[in-house]
Amino acid sequence: MASALARAFDSDLWWSFKRSPVTVASALVALVCILGALLAPWIAPHNPFDLATLNLGDAFKPPAWAEDGDPLFGLGTDDQGRDVLSAIMYGARISLLVGVCAVVFSTLVGVAVGLLAGYLGGTADSLLMRIADIQLTFPSILIALLVDGVVRAAVPREVHDQIALFVVIFAIGISAWPQFARTVRGSTLVERNKEYVLAARIIGISQVRIMLTHVLPNVIGPVLVIATLNLGFAILAEATLSFLGVGVPPTQPSLGTLIRIGNDFLFSGEWWITIFPGIALICMVLSVNLLGDWLRDALNPRLR
Amino acid sequence: MRVKARAVLRTAAALALLALGAGAVQAKSVRWAASGDPNTMDPHSQNVGTVTMVLQQVYDPLLKRNQDLSLAPGLATEWRQEEPTRWRFTLRQGVKFHEGEALTAEDVAFSVQRALQPTSNFGIYVDTVDHAVAVDERTVDIILKRPDPILSNKLASIFIVSKSWSEKHNATRPQNTRAREEMHTTRNTNGTGAYRLASREPDVRTVLARNEAWWGWGVEGNAGNVTEIVYRPIASDATRIAALLSGEVDFVMDPPLQDLNRLRAAPGVKVIEGPEVRSIFLAMDVNRDELLYGDVKGKNPFKDLRVRQALYQAIDVQAIHRTTMRGQSVVTGTLFPEQVNGYVKAEDVRLPFDAARAKALLEQAGYPQGFSVTLDCPNNRYINDEQICQNIAAMWSRVGVRTAVKSQPLAPFFAQIQKDDTSVYLLGWGVPTLDALYSFQSLLAFRNGDQGDGIWNYGRYSNPRMDALVQRMKTDTGEARQAAITEALKLYREDVPHIPLHHQMIPWAMRSNVQIPHMANNQPYFRWAVVN
Amino acid sequence: MFAFILSRILQAIPVMLVVALISFAMFAYVGDPVSIMLGQDFTEAQRTQLIKDLGLDQSFLMQFSTFIGNAAQGEFGLSYRLSRPVAQLIGERAPATLELAICAASIALVVGVAMGVYTGLYRNSWLSRAFLTFSLVGVSLPPFLIGILLILIFSVWLGWLPSFGRGEVVQFGWWSTGFLTWSGLKALILPAITLGLFQLTLIMRLVRSEMLEVLRTDYIKFARARGLGNRAINFGHALKNTLVPVITIAGLQLGGIIAFAIVTETVFQWPGMGLLFIQSVGAADIPVMAAYLMLIALVFVGINLVVDLLYFLVDPRLRVGRGAAGGH
Repeated sequence: MASALARAFDSDLWWSFKRSPVTVASALVALVCILGALLAPWIAPHNPFDLATLNLGDAFKPPAWAEDGDPLFGLGTDDQGRDVLSAIMYGARISLLVGVCAVVFSTLVGVAVGLLAGYLGGTADSLLMRIADIQLTFPSILIALLVDGVVRAAVPREVHDQIALFVVIFAIGISAWPQFARTVRGSTLVERNKEYVLAARIIGISQVRIMLTHVLPNVIGPVLVIATLNLGFAILAEATLSFLGVGVPPTQPSLGTLIRIGNDFLFSGEWWITIFPGIALICMVLSVNLLGDWLRDALNPRLR
Repeated sequence: MRVKARAVLRTAAALALLALGAGAVQAKSVRWAASGDPNTMDPHSQNVGTVTMVLQQVYDPLLKRNQDLSLAPGLATEWRQEEPTRWRFTLRQGVKFHEGEALTAEDVAFSVQRALQPTSNFGIYVDTVDHAVAVDERTVDIILKRPDPILSNKLASIFIVSKSWSEKHNATRPQNTRAREEMHTTRNTNGTGAYRLASREPDVRTVLARNEAWWGWGVEGNAGNVTEIVYRPIASDATRIAALLSGEVDFVMDPPLQDLNRLRAAPGVKVIEGPEVRSIFLAMDVNRDELLYGDVKGKNPFKDLRVRQALYQAIDVQAIHRTTMRGQSVVTGTLFPEQVNGYVKAEDVRLPFDAARAKALLEQAGYPQGFSVTLDCPNNRYINDEQICQNIAAMWSRVGVRTAVKSQPLAPFFAQIQKDDTSVYLLGWGVPTLDALYSFQSLLAFRNGDQGDGIWNYGRYSNPRMDALVQRMKTDTGEARQAAITEALKLYREDVPHIPLHHQMIPWAMRSNVQIPHMANNQPYFRWAVVN
Repeated sequence: MFAFILSRILQAIPVMLVVALISFAMFAYVGDPVSIMLGQDFTEAQRTQLIKDLGLDQSFLMQFSTFIGNAAQGEFGLSYRLSRPVAQLIGERAPATLELAICAASIALVVGVAMGVYTGLYRNSWLSRAFLTFSLVGVSLPPFLIGILLILIFSVWLGWLPSFGRGEVVQFGWWSTGFLTWSGLKALILPAITLGLFQLTLIMRLVRSEMLEVLRTDYIKFARARGLGNRAINFGHALKNTLVPVITIAGLQLGGIIAFAIVTETVFQWPGMGLLFIQSVGAADIPVMAAYLMLIALVFVGINLVVDLLYFLVDPRLRVGRGAAGGH
């Protein structure tokens, strides 16, 4: 059953993919971003995380093509003398990692909870949705502050920097799952009373199986929409957290952190410190969102 | 005769017009912005710059400061040391509080006592005071526990309030956070100063109006023409600069350094520069047997003078001055700047920047491979504090000391280091008393529970010689005292308990039509401000 | 109906308690108010006294029960930072945040629905694509950067709009409003756009996808077959059917907007609750932070209740069920 489904997806997706030039373009951009990020340690001109290679004398160099530009630093350098291009590549790595992991995390938790709540109903539903309410009651920023604080208190300081990344992923991921849960639950409520589910139940298919093979595929559409918007949002949330001082450490900046740092130099003429990471971030988020849009339309047979 | 009369009339008319004109011109308003807001209007509660910068427009101390920070008569016209532990102050006559009460000696004695209360943050300025008594209507005696050579300098920070007003509003003690009720003094003032508080919305807007009856307007030099001051805090750097550029505010006290060039180039905006009495340095844990945050086990590398010297010489402070500080710092090799009493030029010498020597010293000390350490750093307290720490982390890493920066907002940062929970940290130190004792006592004396001794010595540097010198500074006078300070400064250089970096410069930015003298204590004095 | 409301209110109580516990617990780690309050000069004795005065030497449970007991009476004590009653501080700041949030939500709703309907109906026109692209660029930038860019363009370059603050406000008892003065209205524009942009995008995308769904349904096809005009179909039937989830989202997002105002208020120095909160975090001002979080929680619980009721009324089939939801 599952493999048959996958096959159907495959051919249909490929067909609609080829038909949409915007989608092909955004896929290319996304690919470049992802490859650049993944391969940064091998293809980036410098290693901005290695403090011993930084020289304050190199700080605030404009892009190579500008007057006073240095061909060694294609897109210029920032306030610490870091090569902006390399910093973007390494930064994108961290942003993508945080974004993808956070979204996967919240999707898994959210879908599981939503399915359970919607399918079981009754007290379990009530309880799970109340928990989601508590969660929604706290804005993501505050949740992140809380998680960060608890971790700070619970683990020894030596390992803070090593686990800072996981803290951020957890903090962002945990704040988004109720959205998935509510969506999935809503759709599940509708689906579970439909004839085909009743039919499946009558012929004795197990509850878990019904949920996974019948209900889940039917609620995956809205989940994808939320997931795409959330990937972009997670990357931005990480930047906002850094803004508030609980993000990734500044010695290993993400794209958002780079923009935040560059923000300080927006008025002073050193525009490249913030504009280039900004463009990189827009390209990344935009292409992912466009791909998500297309995927949603392509997965929804009624829209074709 | 007739002609003459007409001339007289004409002159009179002209004079009247002039007077009218002067009256019309007099509505001069200054819209002033900085990042922080005063958190109280109580004159003896919070000893921080944001509170003082507003209150010192409203309240007068016994002694005021000139533009070069030297002392000038304030509410006291004369003062002298009658006995080693008794000072006598003669008060100015005819001074009135904003709500109409006449200033008396009782008010002064009351104010000093008020600053002595446990809920006051101004204890350090009256630490040697036993009590104050009103001798007659215009004479006050301040009785000391022990001789204090710098009492007059300290009293320039104690504002004088009305006794009857404080009693009427149940505010004889500085505000206490334990109280359930808001205190009257939290949002109301009654001073004798050049401006009175017209309205206050915390974090939003504080309006001061000119007190035409101020005693000082007749005094030479107080030629300010500002009639209204509107203070609005704007925390975001970019927004504050945007507001100045777009003409929404007239005066910004803390423009970010990187924006100075842009501001200088902008039409209608000017930047004035000047030093601040605040020194930035790194302090190391020289007490523990093993560092809390480092990979050296079983010993503390910072206990070795050679390691401290190596870290010192690994820092290219000129590069920080040029790049991160954009030239807005005074590189230093000592504990405080020249405005502070006791400064010795010959002791203001740095160990030279020399990375090769730093590596050699580390090798001699037994760390050829270097070691790792965490540098604790505030990220919203001093000018470019976080960037400076990152600069230093890179420089140290280059000589093999792998440095991680842990930067935090000031609340958690201070909470952490005040538990001695650090291995090396960046700190900035202002000297409001403008005297060397304040720095040595707080930063380098051993913490012994005595008021003020070692309370900011979180590396727990301890040297009996230093402690003895600090005791001498407390009681000696004249040349003997200066000798103690000079010796302490020398010891500071030899012992390297800190790595000094620079004194901050504080540029102020304002619209071109505003003139206000730059002050090294980073306090604007609007009695000297002129708006065209 | 009554039973439903009652059960929901009863369920809200443990929610509030948990929020109180969590918000109270996190403060232990945010920072230490003592060091901020003492300033640069103090003795060890003063430090110990202050810790005792603030009750910070008591056990966690004691501190928490005191907190809950007082909070239930609306008594949050004095702010450590400003030495003023917390309830009064928040009361002074609430109008600014609420006016900003209402404006942002209105912009998001009106413009978002309009753009969503348009892009849904004309999904292949260039304007639709422009809307979609624009909205995506909008959410691809961190909100603080959007705010700064708007200030740069509209305040510094063009000089049209103020860069900070609320402008002149008019006082009605304890409520201060910026709606009645020209400068107050002008000051609202940039922050409201910055704050509403994300929600605008969300609503636009939601309306668009709902429109696309609904337009494919059988009854719209029937309506077409019956010869109803495009206008009647699009607005009378299609839009009406998309509005239920949109109302849900908009309602839930209002709470999110109030919370997210923290960043916008910081950028525009908007004197609302979010700015108060951030300044309180900086000073580890626990009473203010606790009260703020409780208030946000209360607002959220209230909004949830209203949305549930709306659903109950609009779609009795689902009872307490709900469709897509947002919030972050």
